[in-house]
Amino acid sequence: MTDYRIHGATGEWEVVIGLEVHAQVTSNAKLFSGASTEFGAEPNSQVSLVDAAMPGMLPVPNAECIRQAVRTGMALEARINPWSRFDRKNYFYADLPQGYQISQLYHPIVGEGEIEIWLDDKDEGSAKRIGVERIHIEQDAGKLMHDQHPSFSYVDLNRSGVALMEIVSKPDMRSPEEAGAYVRKLRAILRYVGSCDGNMEQGSMRADVNVSVRRPGGGLGTRTETKNVNSVRFIMAAIEHEANRQVDLLEAGGAIVQETRLWDPDKCETRSLRSKEEAHDYRYFPDPDLLPVELTDDFLLECRASLPELPDAKRRRYEAALGLSAYAASVLTADVITARWFESLLEQLGEEHAQRAGNWVTSDLFGALNRLGKTIEESPVSPAQAAELLRLTAEGTLSGTLAKQVFEIMLETGEDPAAIVEARGLKQTSDTGAIDAAIADVLAANPDKAAEYRGGKDKLFGFFVGQVMKAMQGKANPGVVNELLKKALS
Amino acid sequence: MNLTDLGIAAIRDGVRDGAFSAREVAGAFNAAIETGRALNAFTVETPEHALAAADAADAARASGDLKPLSGVPLGIKDLFATRGVATTAGSRILEGFEPRYESTVSANLFAAGAGMLGKLNMDEFAMGSSNETSAWGPVLSPWRRSDGGNAPLTPGGSSGGSAAAVAARLAPGVTGTDTGGSIRQPAAFVGITGIKPTYGRCSRWGVVAFASSLDQAGPMARDVRGCAILLEAMAGFDPKDSTSLDLPVPNWEAALSGDVRGKRIGIPKEYRIDGVPEEIDRVWEKGIALMRDAGAEIVEVSLPHTKYALPTYYIIAPAEASSNLARYDGVRYGLRVSPDNGNLTDMYEATRAAGFGAEVKRRIMIGTYVLSAGYYDAYFNRAQKVRALIARDFERVWGECDLILTPTAPSAAFALGEKSADPIAMYLNDVFAVPASLAGLPAISVPAGLNDEGLPLGLQLVGRALDEQGVLNAALALEERAGFTARPEAWW
Amino acid sequence: MSVDAATVRHIAKLARIAVSDAEVEALAPELNNILGWVEQLQEVDIEGVEPIPAVIPNSLRLRDDEVTDGGKREDVLANAPAAEHGFFAVPKVIE
Ligand SMILES: [Mg+2]
Ligand SMILES: [Zn+2]
Repeated sequence: MTDYRIHGATGEWEVVIGLEVHAQVTSNAKLFSGASTEFGAEPNSQVSLVDAAMPGMLPVPNAECIRQAVRTGMALEARINPWSRFDRKNYFYADLPQGYQISQLYHPIVGEGEIEIWLDDKDEGSAKRIGVERIHIEQDAGKLMHDQHPSFSYVDLNRSGVALMEIVSKPDMRSPEEAGAYVRKLRAILRYVGSCDGNMEQGSMRADVNVSVRRPGGGLGTRTETKNVNSVRFIMAAIEHEANRQVDLLEAGGAIVQETRLWDPDKCETRSLRSKEEAHDYRYFPDPDLLPVELTDDFLLECRASLPELPDAKRRRYEAALGLSAYAASVLTADVITARWFESLLEQLGEEHAQRAGNWVTSDLFGALNRLGKTIEESPVSPAQAAELLRLTAEGTLSGTLAKQVFEIMLETGEDPAAIVEARGLKQTSDTGAIDAAIADVLAANPDKAAEYRGGKDKLFGFFVGQVMKAMQGKANPGVVNELLKKALS
Repeated sequence: MNLTDLGIAAIRDGVRDGAFSAREVAGAFNAAIETGRALNAFTVETPEHALAAADAADAARASGDLKPLSGVPLGIKDLFATRGVATTAGSRILEGFEPRYESTVSANLFAAGAGMLGKLNMDEFAMGSSNETSAWGPVLSPWRRSDGGNAPLTPGGSSGGSAAAVAARLAPGVTGTDTGGSIRQPAAFVGITGIKPTYGRCSRWGVVAFASSLDQAGPMARDVRGCAILLEAMAGFDPKDSTSLDLPVPNWEAALSGDVRGKRIGIPKEYRIDGVPEEIDRVWEKGIALMRDAGAEIVEVSLPHTKYALPTYYIIAPAEASSNLARYDGVRYGLRVSPDNGNLTDMYEATRAAGFGAEVKRRIMIGTYVLSAGYYDAYFNRAQKVRALIARDFERVWGECDLILTPTAPSAAFALGEKSADPIAMYLNDVFAVPASLAGLPAISVPAGLNDEGLPLGLQLVGRALDEQGVLNAALALEERAGFTARPEAWW
Repeated sequence: MSVDAATVRHIAKLARIAVSDAEVEALAPELNNILGWVEQLQEVDIEGVEPIPAVIPNSLRLRDDEVTDGGKREDVLANAPAAEHGFFAVPKVIE
């Protein structure tokens, strides 16, 4: 793949990117309390006395949050640490009731792993492996609202204490595209594993973006961290803006300050938070309210056993075992919902038809859904109905054209294809009598053209086919039509 | 008979046998508390609570289903959250705070039939050894020196209100908490008995946190049996506290016995430190003699890291406290001070400056410092390792003895103001108490005699982890032989 | 090592405690005394010693993933110095 470079006035610059992705763990209850994690509830209605840090309240860890972090680590082929521990990160803020965040600094639950990204869906050669430094578990903070009152900010603690996985990459990315591919791939894996719903609009996934620039191959530059960027598009835009800002600054003889910045989606730029930042010193130390997390072999076995087939493995199987194109395989496995839809279709159609089914889903179905602005979950056509449609075509009951007609009706009415074919008599016919009659009419109606054809103007054949098909309302079997026309015209 | 002269067991049994009603008992103590206000032992009085529990006890007796503590009214240290009753931990920053929840320990006591006489004054956030750091003023010891001078004395701390209430017969028993001697030192200062159980025996849920890895609740009462009875009701596994021990609560009272024949009592040589008044050595020697007389074998042992226990404690406890007390920020409960057109940080700083007292600020500052960038390893992490060595000392010594006998405190009660100017002199009060806290071991203080000024002196017994029974039994043996009957004259 | 006025102010800032100049004056020597006193730990040989996670052996218990709490906004806000429309209210934060 061609290297991404920023062409500055003084020459080329390479961009070095690392991401810290905060992913909300899918769980019913919070990390250390029994309060619900449901999104969008009344303010402070999902807050326990623990989440509100009332005096004397104590944390008790939620097993499912530990389990999901471990399963995620396994999905990233990462080292799982059978002994990990919670630490306190101390700082004051209105959304942090305890005055500290329970996190894992010294002994995270998951160590080094890897994620393979593809920059081009069609091209295996565009694959690149991005290192994962660690995954640790920590508490989310509450929510502050600044626009409700002239002199007050309002605090809602519903999110306070919800479990997050912080997935820290190595500084292995070199372009906004790589960062985008990394986040999309990570999101896909989390959704396959079921450890995070990946819903960026609801804040289930946010990224802290670390960017620095350097002369190609040179030593690492000073990095900045842009916090809480909440969409793939914004992450890519933030990197591009920040990298260019740094290049301009350096080329103007300035220096980069290691600092925390904020992404402004409206102005589409990053801004320094230095203003409100006095020297941070988080004073991490082991949380004395909690004991170390020690994972048993049984626990680890269950985590491993409960992992589904992951996108990479699925993609390879679709190519190797089902004979799908690299493109179809990667599109069909990109999201767990699509893969599930496709596999339930195959279950009913039979894997021997995988290629046709794959093409149909990636072209016909996706085309239609795009047109209707619907996701595959909202598809008016069920996998079972799609299987039936493809079977009818395979049997020859429907021609390609008829199949498209039937599919359109299915999209509108949601009816089963067989019923549609029955009701509207859309069966394809090979009835030679009817076809011969139609041919006779067409030839009678176009004697001059028939003469030209017989006189050697072969390309008129297509015209006659079209006319006959038209006369048959498209229901005639094209093969039979060709055969009988040739006879009639010879 | 004056009902307030009775201890826990006598009250329980008297109510059971119908010698008197629970209501009479509660009434008597409620009255004593009213007349004892000069001691400043209570921050809140809850006579109705005590009476309601008493009526329930009397009804239970009628219907023949008495509970273990039916008819027994207790004082509750203000560190325990009590539903609907002001809970301040002796701090202005929690002024007006009324929890909507009940601490597990107080809930256990109430479930066992006990009533609450009131909340007991204490050093602010349990940080102190004289009760002088309380935002609500110091507690006065009911004791006075026999020199005729009426210098007000400290009841010790941090459970000073608890100690004074029992010694002055304002309550037959109370809850205390012990992070680095806060049950044992005050018990010694006022001539009563108090036990800190093994770390994890009593739930910390609903107990305002000082230093999480050290805090333990425990009972204080007039005698060993009273402590055994109360501890049985207080202790127990609590799934809400991750550090709670998932073990059954032994029948400590039933198994109580002063028979210590064949027990090996260790006398740690490192506890003989310079500058300790001779009267302390004397009472220690007396205790040794009494245990020997009781048939125990006395062995000299060594706890080499003893001298480092106090400095270790004064790194770990403030570090944990600096984080535990971060939640007092004026946002969700307690005091808020908002400077005019000040921002959030101004509000935090003004609130905490006004809400915390000098000693609490001092410890928060020390704790913040030892955890801050560049000092974590030199201070906090090193202290954690020394703590491990101190625990190891005890582990090793259990091969040579079953219990350890030491003085509880390096002096008798001192006068208010005597040490408040010098923090380190104040800290030294807990020099004998802190090692057992760092090792999480059960330890008890028993009154053993009076000094020349007529003030009580206590002895401490430390046992193996989970061996509260051994500690209580040895304490009973001491109690039976020490014959400590002295009590303060009521001047209040 | 010695704690000067600047350090006291920095620590007080981290701890969010406002300190007057007079308090800084008083605190500096106090903190120095205490820190000087705990310095003696430097003489302990901790070679190869690891901190113990729990002095009394115990192991972490995990909670089942069930919603057993919440739905008590009234209790949560009951003691708040300032609460409006179901929120805690704090001096406006400008981000
Ligand atoms: Mg970050
Ligand atoms: Zn994080």
